[in-house]
Amino acid sequence: MDMVQNTEKVEVVSGNKSAAYGAYVCSPDVIGIYPITPQTSVVEDLTQFIADGRLDAEIVEAEGEISAMASVIGASAGGARTFSSTSSMGLFFMFDSYIMAPLYRLPIVMVNSNRELLPPNTVACSHQDIMEVIETGWIHIHVENCQEILDAIIMAYRIAEDPEILLPVDVCYDGFYLSYLREPVNIPSIEAVNNFLPTQDRPTLGGPNNVFSCIYCGADQEMAELRYRQQDAMEKSKEKLEQVEQEFAQHFGRSYGGQLEEYRMEDAEIALFCMGSHAGTARVVVDQKREQGIKVGLVKLRMFRPFPQERVLTALKNVKALGVIDRSVAFGWKGGHLYRELRSALYGHGLEIPMADYIAGLGGHDITIPLIERVVDETKGIAEGKQYQEITWLALE
Amino acid sequence: MAIDQYLRKRFFPHIWCAGCGHGIVLNNMLRAVDQLQINQNEMVMVSGIGCSSRISGYVDFHSLHTLHGRALAFATGVKMSQPNLTVICPMGDGDALAIGGNHFIHACRRNMDLTAIVMNNRIYGMTGGQFSPLSGTGITATTSPQKTIDREFDIISLSLASGATFVARTTAYHYKEITNYIKEALQHPGFSVVEILSQCPTHFGRRNKQGDATEMLQRYRQNTTSIGSEAKQKNPELIERGIFRQETAPEYCAEYAELINRAQQS
Ligand SMILES: Cc1ncc(C[n+]2csc(CCOP(=O)(O)OP(=O)(O)O)c2C)c(N)n1
Ligand code: SF4
Repeated sequence: MDMVQNTEKVEVVSGNKSAAYGAYVCSPDVIGIYPITPQTSVVEDLTQFIADGRLDAEIVEAEGEISAMASVIGASAGGARTFSSTSSMGLFFMFDSYIMAPLYRLPIVMVNSNRELLPPNTVACSHQDIMEVIETGWIHIHVENCQEILDAIIMAYRIAEDPEILLPVDVCYDGFYLSYLREPVNIPSIEAVNNFLPTQDRPTLGGPNNVFSCIYCGADQEMAELRYRQQDAMEKSKEKLEQVEQEFAQHFGRSYGGQLEEYRMEDAEIALFCMGSHAGTARVVVDQKREQGIKVGLVKLRMFRPFPQERVLTALKNVKALGVIDRSVAFGWKGGHLYRELRSALYGHGLEIPMADYIAGLGGHDITIPLIERVVDETKGIAEGKQYQEITWLALE
Repeated sequence: MAIDQYLRKRFFPHIWCAGCGHGIVLNNMLRAVDQLQINQNEMVMVSGIGCSSRISGYVDFHSLHTLHGRALAFATGVKMSQPNLTVICPMGDGDALAIGGNHFIHACRRNMDLTAIVMNNRIYGMTGGQFSPLSGTGITATTSPQKTIDREFDIISLSLASGATFVARTTAYHYKEITNYIKEALQHPGFSVVEILSQCPTHFGRRNKQGDATEMLQRYRQNTTSIGSEAKQKNPELIERGIFRQETAPEYCAEYAELINRAQQS
């Protein structure tokens, strides 16, 4: 891989180490983390950085995920730049404190390695864990490869700490497919990151210019106002991501499309819609199908929360049919989460595109080229007016 | 009935390492159930997560394999809804006393008729050998390469102080005691704690240079003694085995039924 702008070195690292590097170059003051399964090796890499004297951060090795998050909430309220990491059951055990961070408007950045939830007893890959916490007020960014993990973390701090936003960001990467996959990753220098990510003044405990208080709020009027402002900041974060990406590209020479990436969508008649590591596989299928003369494109969603409705409407406006790949099940609603979101985003907003949902990749099941080829073939059939099944469980086949 | 009648053979081979003490506990726990002639359909096993907690998958009882640390909380619900069933909870030391510590002390206090088995290997086996609140000081674990400085809980004192009405301890070496104490515990009408020192050669043994499983079992023979023995007087370092408390007190489900009665009368 060529060395690009502001890269200090290129190293072949796992997704977890890339996440640790992502945190490292942003110089967090406090890292609160539960060090045991379902934690990933992120924690080992971070403690190694500290032991080697490369990272000057306090690390709180908590006795459970709930207190890991509580410790970063306390530190962030006190003005520290904070980082955390978890997955699966750890995320659920963190839940009580996880939901407090957005309400307190704290710019915490963490990573989640997307995995199954128990029971049954597995922590293999899927999006099921993170989908259970989509409506908590955290910004959720999903990535496709190891480089994107590191870059998304740097951008996450910029968005989180922006005075107009002040919300926590969870950078989500697929367990095993990315967490333990090794790829060459450009690691930027700390100086370059410092230039891109200056420290912002914000309300903190004991801060000189402003009072910070996280208080019990009983009156419904006040509650509504807090919620309204939170929602407003979430809306603003969509545009913020676009701006931050542009600046990131100027500093580091890489960009990912902001809220979503459109791949070969210019003249696409049908499209695939997915999120996470299998977007890489989908890209290969799109190329192959294009060679066979099928006008197919790919929309890779990056920002799941807030949901980028405007960008989705624009990206899909000329498409005749859509094949959605979901790596999670929205229990009680026939399909998966992406499908559900897309229907709300498109239908009733002038874009009633026929679409089919494919539930795939549960419990670490591979989402292979043949599976995605099938999605493209059937989506082509839908565009041609053929009968189709709304929800298909590829995971069962 | 032969012991293997109580096993769900389709889940074998089991996940335990060769020499793990948890298998000895399983074997002798089943002997206790067998000797008491408890109907399999009236036994409920509730466990959390860990190597020890895997036991619930291997036995042909009603079973709930729940969340790490929460076995007693789930079991409380089971017993409240079906007080006639016999409920047993095998737990690891981390499961019972780190993440599940709060449930543990409150279960002792409440005195509901449940049997808690703590399989104490002084380490987190399943997740790769991190130290637990039972490791004690001077122990090498993956999370303590320079040895632990944390002091350990004494499960017996903790259970006694928290109000458990049956409290016993033995080791994987003393397998007959396992059967006997579990039998007593299952028959005891209140909350019972049976601590069983159970070797983890893979993580605890290897990292702390305690040799293989046989050596670890020998160690249990050498460094434990019966309660109040002469050996203990000579060498206070020895760990005592035996029944530390066996007394009756109002049982929670019975009290609850009584409460309902009172409320309905008034
Ligand atoms: C909320 C949550 N945090 C962490 C874990 C990971 N975990 C699984 S088993 C275990 C510890 C096992 O140790 P112990 O209870 O002593 O049992 P052993 O395996 O030694 O028998 C941990 C930390 C989990 N399952 N859930
Ligand atoms: S890791 Fe330890 S506790 Fe787990 S099965 Fe192996 S020996 Fe037993």
